[in-house]
Amino acid sequence: MTTFRKFWIVLIFSAFGVAAIAQHGHENHPQEQAGEAAHPGGEAQDHPEAAAHPGEGHGPCGHSVSVEPEFNAGDNAVHHIADANALHIVGDLYLPLPCILYAPGHGWTLTTTAAFHAHHHGNGTKSKDGYVLVHGNVMRLKNPELAQGEIEIVDYAHQDETVDGKTKTVYSAVIDGRCEPLDAKTTFDGGIMGGGITNFYDFSITRNVFTMLLTALILFFLFRSAANASVRRNHHAPKGLQNFLEIFITFIRDEVAKPNIGAKYERYLPYLLSAFFFILGLNLIGQIPFFPGSANVTGNISVTIVLALLTFLISTFSANKHFWEHTLWMPGVPAALKILILTPIEVLGLFLKPFTLLLRLFANITAGHIVILSFVSLIFIFGNAGESVGGSVAGAIASIPLTLFMMTLELLVAFLQAFIFTMLSAVYIGTAVEEPHHH
Amino acid sequence: MLFLGDFSVIKPEPGLLFWTTVIFLIFWFLMSRFAFKPIAESLKKREVDIQEALDQAKKAREEMSHLQAENEKLLAQAREERAMILKEAKEAKDEIIAEAKERANAEYKRKVESAIQDIENQKMAALVDLKNKAGQMAIEISEKILHRELANKPEQESYAKSLVDNIKLS
Repeated sequence: MTTFRKFWIVLIFSAFGVAAIAQHGHENHPQEQAGEAAHPGGEAQDHPEAAAHPGEGHGPCGHSVSVEPEFNAGDNAVHHIADANALHIVGDLYLPLPCILYAPGHGWTLTTTAAFHAHHHGNGTKSKDGYVLVHGNVMRLKNPELAQGEIEIVDYAHQDETVDGKTKTVYSAVIDGRCEPLDAKTTFDGGIMGGGITNFYDFSITRNVFTMLLTALILFFLFRSAANASVRRNHHAPKGLQNFLEIFITFIRDEVAKPNIGAKYERYLPYLLSAFFFILGLNLIGQIPFFPGSANVTGNISVTIVLALLTFLISTFSANKHFWEHTLWMPGVPAALKILILTPIEVLGLFLKPFTLLLRLFANITAGHIVILSFVSLIFIFGNAGESVGGSVAGAIASIPLTLFMMTLELLVAFLQAFIFTMLSAVYIGTAVEEPHHH
Repeated sequence: MLFLGDFSVIKPEPGLLFWTTVIFLIFWFLMSRFAFKPIAESLKKREVDIQEALDQAKKAREEMSHLQAENEKLLAQAREERAMILKEAKEAKDEIIAEAKERANAEYKRKVESAIQDIENQKMAALVDLKNKAGQMAIEISEKILHRELANKPEQESYAKSLVDNIKLS
């Protein structure tokens, strides 16, 4: 009976994840078209010797970042959910964050975002060892001759290039009237998602890393005080913060760990609790729309990869003989069937389980952020990017209830996704350590 | 323009992978060691305490009801005893009264009998006395008559008559 219930829970929440991705896909297409319509030119021309004209908006290097483009809700949302090196506080105020950068052949560069002398929108005016700051993100000049010292940057520009049938946005810096192409940081997507290995690696304390540190610290101090209270006041009824946090702990212990893992649950409880509160804390702090919140940490695949990988490692290394036997060589099934169907499926399942785990959390949180940002964008779309006050008011009237609704829903999703991640981790660990039933 | 290339959250980044691993592992360690362990221990301890307290309360309740039953039994016994004592006392009283009555009756009878005896005795004594006196008088009279007869006949007769008149059987 319980396995049946588990199966349904997994199925329903997998469906949620798929729905969330579909939602996000939907969102993109009209905006892409709108974007194309807004910039009908888009000719991918390279005029490296020609001077850039920031005032025109569309120079030979592409579209200047200094010229306010027409408001694009899609760009806006994608920019806000992304990780960034610059941490925006309010107005033109940025919190300087450490930059830890590594370029093969050049070595480590340790600095802060303040070194780039960023003005508004997080665009730096100076380079440092070839690194520059564009839209709050560190990029690097491709030209190795410029990889030393400080260089004045006039402007940045971007244009779309089509290489091997794939269109991607290429950024370049305008230095002394020349277009110097830029590399984005290395990503491990193998080029499938438009990234890949570039000329540098970014190990900086980014907005997401900062938020993770902050959340971990807040959680640690909250739980430390609760732990102190529960040890000190052991013979009194629990109250306040201690009582509040103990409700969650006993819930995870009694409803998640015990029923799914069984007798050995105590070994895995600290991991499940850590994962639950880490995800929940990050989900909730991401809901705060201003500093120090708003970072889309659990909606970043790098974060969910690490968490899902840990669940995978823990469940795989805890797996007993019974589990491996049932995975690789299911007893009571004809050998041909095992070789052809069952074992390949089971082995695939081993890796699919953490994959769904990381995708579900990532997709749900990112989708939530995109929807909220889209609703907020209504104000700017209706207001024609600040030109029509009446439109802005109409947009706000439409936007506020929608955003409010969505934020409330996201509050639920924050708890739900933290719970689902923990629940499924417990289920996977539980299947791995399950003792054989003697029929 | 929006392409997958800009959608950076779907691209695994080495820096974020590294920092997430480091932060989460430290978080996991610190939380397990300094937060979850003491909380879990104190929760367990409290659960045991509460269970013990409940068990004790149950035991106390059982003892209480046990005591109460015993008390009731004692009370019933006491009541029975009281009834018995009262019954015995009543019996004893009745017995004493009956005995006393009997004894009183016997005394009364004895007294009456002795009174009758006394009266009889007195009566007999009086009769003896009377007999003695009557005999004496008869002797005296006979004496006197004899004296007179010897002297005169008429006189004898009147004398006898006067003598008889003098005898007053009072």
